[in-house]
Amino acid sequence: MINGVNRFVPDGMPAFVSSDAFKNKKRKLIAKKQKQSKTVFLNTIDSTFDLFDIHDGQCLSFHHHLRNGDEVIQKVCEVIANRNIKDLHFAPSSIFPSYTNMVDLIMNQNITRIHTNYLNGKVSKVISEGYLKNPLIMNTHGGRARSIESGELKIDVAFLACPVVDKNGNGTGSFGPTACGTLGYAISDLKYATKVVLVTDTIVDNLDEFQFDGAYVDAVVVVDSIGNSEGIVSGTTRLTRDPIGLKIAKDCANAINALGLIHEKFSMQTGAGKISLAVVKYIRDIMLETKITGDFGSGGITSSYVEMLNEGLFKELYDVQCFDLEAVKSYHDNLNHRAMSASEYGNPYENNPICDNLTFVILGATEVDLDFNVNVTTDSLGNIIGGSGGHADIAHGAEVTIIISPLFKSRIPIIKEKVTTVTTPGSDVDLLVTERGIAVNPNRIDLKERLKNSGLPIFEIRELYDIAHQITGVPRKIELSDEIIGYVEYRDGTIIDCLYKVKS
Amino acid sequence: MKIGTAGSKESNDCFVTVRESDKTDIIIDSVVAAFFYDQIKTTVEETLKEMKIENVIVTIEDKGALDYTIKSRLISAIKRMK
Repeated sequence: MINGVNRFVPDGMPAFVSSDAFKNKKRKLIAKKQKQSKTVFLNTIDSTFDLFDIHDGQCLSFHHHLRNGDEVIQKVCEVIANRNIKDLHFAPSSIFPSYTNMVDLIMNQNITRIHTNYLNGKVSKVISEGYLKNPLIMNTHGGRARSIESGELKIDVAFLACPVVDKNGNGTGSFGPTACGTLGYAISDLKYATKVVLVTDTIVDNLDEFQFDGAYVDAVVVVDSIGNSEGIVSGTTRLTRDPIGLKIAKDCANAINALGLIHEKFSMQTGAGKISLAVVKYIRDIMLETKITGDFGSGGITSSYVEMLNEGLFKELYDVQCFDLEAVKSYHDNLNHRAMSASEYGNPYENNPICDNLTFVILGATEVDLDFNVNVTTDSLGNIIGGSGGHADIAHGAEVTIIISPLFKSRIPIIKEKVTTVTTPGSDVDLLVTERGIAVNPNRIDLKERLKNSGLPIFEIRELYDIAHQITGVPRKIELSDEIIGYVEYRDGTIIDCLYKVKS
Repeated sequence: MKIGTAGSKESNDCFVTVRESDKTDIIIDSVVAAFFYDQIKTTVEETLKEMKIENVIVTIEDKGALDYTIKSRLISAIKRMK
């Protein structure tokens, strides 16, 4: 059948209808876990496999707060390989290039199912090429929380990397040799997995403040190291110097200002890309100049937001995951730098999630189409290169959703007639800002009206599409195969698009 | 054998090598070949024709350069070869 964004969905699968269709259904909650006995302390990950009888076909989950520096998932994979456990279902919140041990486990069918929100590197390559036995399920950050709390994604054992754990099994990420800040993506796993194992390299007597409540923790494994702090910090922390990027950032900030979105109660979220960081700088300039202070910033928090909190430009920061060490430090030191769980961030069924309170969000795109649908999941050849993360969650929640991108990247125009894969539906995307002009979603007559006399270069999206083609030439159309290797789940669990096998 | 080169392997640029030979051959290695192979080839062919150049092996190592970049790199490489 054809779903609400005109994409094919196989019969029997729940097809995406619209971004607010979730309101027609009620929140479903399974019982939170009940711990049977005292928290056990162990010295090896291997021993947890005996203790909890981890066997063929079970579901293991992980979080990605240590990002490319994570060593916990690698170590668990080693145990699986040694024991040759088959048919496992893996549910890491994201998959990074350093998770190389997963590749062999997929090839040997030790892992045959995967749920995740974002993946790149070798794992995404072998899955794109069709080596995962069952379809990959890609959900959003908020959708993952919904899926776990509803029992749809049932986790047998959660292996949660945790920088510091105390003798009662409470855990925090705010300090220690592998400090990574908030642990927001793991909270659903902590509360709903049948068994919870914290993996740490630092034990203290007693934590006064903790994000992981020991009441949910069955076992703590103490290892030499849970990660390499170099890899924990996400790559980009500096704003762009590229004149095209700066032009986009400046026009974006000016459009936001012209729309009247910078006011005493405003809140915002941006990605950690170089152009996004430049937009944050320009918005800060506007706030300092007009002496307007906002309500909160959320994210993926970076040092630019920390600076604005310290300058009093925001009252609070809501942080699901610290993106750099300044953010980690601020989360540790500043009470107004608050942790939020993935559910509090973007679960459609959460009572008043943060995403619904955002005035505007600035997001990236691999492709945007003439209907404003956005792809951040695959490249234009169909290779998996990322995923929603919180993209679809905040695009839906925010009052105004802005996509920023150069009109073409290495000759490939970003505006397509149809995106290769729909990650975020066009109905939730309001503005596209490029270096050669801004397009407003025709559904947002209000925004178009407010920008009319702004002096900014406003175009129809098809005009920008034509301008790009005049410069780059018309790219050859790529035919995808018809072999489905995965599904992109919208935040409510419906299928917004399918993922297709690419050639090796 | 005469040889000329121009360009770089930076993103949005291309590195062009032109060598004298007894026949004309065009070798394209492009990050955007799936989308623009034919167009890159046409640009090279037309530029060679305009410059009345024959019997050269042209190698384009392309990182997503636009046509005018490819053309100007090729002209420079040819002039350097002479």
